[in-house]
Amino acid sequence: MPGWRIGNLGDRLFRGIAATFATIIVVVLLVIAVALTQASRETLSAYGFGFVVGQDWNPVEGANEVYGALPFVWGTLVTSFLALALAVPISVGIAVFIAELAPEWIRTPTGFVVELLAAVPSVIYGLWGFFVLRPVLIEHVDPALSRWLGFLPFFRGAPLGNDVLLASVVLAIMILPTISSVSREILRAVPNTLREAALALGATKWEMIRSVVLPYAKSGLTGAVILGLGRALGETMAVTMLVGNKPSMSLSVFEPAATMASIIANQYPEAQGRQHSALTEIGLLLFALTLVLNILARLLVWRVGRLPGDAGRA
Amino acid sequence: MEADDDKRYKVRAIDLHAWFGTSHSLKGITMDLVDRHVTAIIGPSGCGKSTFIRCLNRMHEVVSGARAEGTVLLDGENIYASGIDAVLVRRRVGMVFQKPNPFPTMTIRDNVLAGLKLNGLRTRDPDALVERCLRQSALWEEVKEQLHKSGASLSGGQQQRLCIARTLALEPEVILMDEPCSALDPIATAKIEELIHELRGKYTIAIVTHSMQQAARVSDFTAFFYLGELIEYGDTDSIFTKPSNPRTEDYLTGRFG
Repeated sequence: MPGWRIGNLGDRLFRGIAATFATIIVVVLLVIAVALTQASRETLSAYGFGFVVGQDWNPVEGANEVYGALPFVWGTLVTSFLALALAVPISVGIAVFIAELAPEWIRTPTGFVVELLAAVPSVIYGLWGFFVLRPVLIEHVDPALSRWLGFLPFFRGAPLGNDVLLASVVLAIMILPTISSVSREILRAVPNTLREAALALGATKWEMIRSVVLPYAKSGLTGAVILGLGRALGETMAVTMLVGNKPSMSLSVFEPAATMASIIANQYPEAQGRQHSALTEIGLLLFALTLVLNILARLLVWRVGRLPGDAGRA
Repeated sequence: MEADDDKRYKVRAIDLHAWFGTSHSLKGITMDLVDRHVTAIIGPSGCGKSTFIRCLNRMHEVVSGARAEGTVLLDGENIYASGIDAVLVRRRVGMVFQKPNPFPTMTIRDNVLAGLKLNGLRTRDPDALVERCLRQSALWEEVKEQLHKSGASLSGGQQQRLCIARTLALEPEVILMDEPCSALDPIATAKIEELIHELRGKYTIAIVTHSMQQAARVSDFTAFFYLGELIEYGDTDSIFTKPSNPRTEDYLTGRFG
């Protein structure tokens, strides 16, 4: 058999090349982390953990120069979670509709249109938010909210337009396709035998979805939501255009804010020295935050994939 | 006479047709299920036997593209009449599936009570109901110490008996079984068959099976389906000893199928 040795070599070569490619991903991640850490060395050593909880940000060189990331962490978390609160019910609703309720011929087009939302560039969302959504919010939504719910700290103050609410609504629309398409796949993975079991017990479709399908899909859906959160945390362009870019830590959605991504986008081009280091450290924080969340999401999605039927066989 | 027949026959299918998309898989079945007896339905794969029993609790139409036409009388009332809610039909006509399908997110106890919960029904003493149903399905002794474990933690045969207990909890009048033993080993199969023996006399049972021995062991009546038609139907003894249709005989003797 003269050929087998060559075949074996080819296999080994192929495996080596594929392994190299796979390793590159890990290396790139590490290089990013190391580069960010190095470039933020100055503020890392100057402030330590105080950087994360520091509330003041004054990049003017001199005695008053100080850097704290908390307002940006706050802005990022508030806009992201508000976006989630708006987007999750809608996207799970869309996913349930497509996976469980819609007639066959409508499923694919609906899914396609929702996924199309993901293809719209971020800057377009920013423009649309500014020119279309902002006037609508100022004219109709903001006055109603402050009139009826103005007694809550969340709706206090005078709506100015570029604020947390506007950024969050646009963010919600942007993360909708992510959450709904992942949720749809999760729902599709729910075994049909369980749906039939519920229906055969005299469940209505709604009872079947609520008591059997959603509980089965729960951890996978959580994963979908976290993937959406990951997108929202890192979103830069649209948020920078809409959020107002004023580092503040107000509870009110009518206040402008700044996010980790928006402060970097705004100040990086002119930053020098310590400010450069501070901005890079914010980048490092954001990187760590999204990384942790994505790993969490993967674990959850993986868990739902291997949950039930297998447990019986094991 | 008619009224007598309605009493004797719990379920009466009259000229029942079913389709999957354009394929006509049930071609005018007229057949009655005798009240509180076991009827076995046999026939080669694709003969429409599963489709037939899925039409009896309106589960056939759940599959997209599937539809059924004809009349099925349950206690003399047509379940395909307009204005009849399929959900209510399924509460009266329970079903056990080929693959055991307990709800993995629920405990054993909650699986038994699932039918009640799904329907928003209350019971005064759920624990007693759980015990009664699990005893009826001959599972109680094996699981009484672990009612709060997941339904998926049981063996295949236990899961299937749990599914039967779950069906019994709704106190159905008819129980449809779609090859309930085909995924089980011989010992688990024997237990299910024993259970079917226990349940006859209380419930009207229709069981689809690939195993002719099983049909002979558990049923009072046997129907032979072939290519979507009912070829022969009669009491089990005569079907197996002196079938009147040559195709039935060919199938029973293993010449095809």
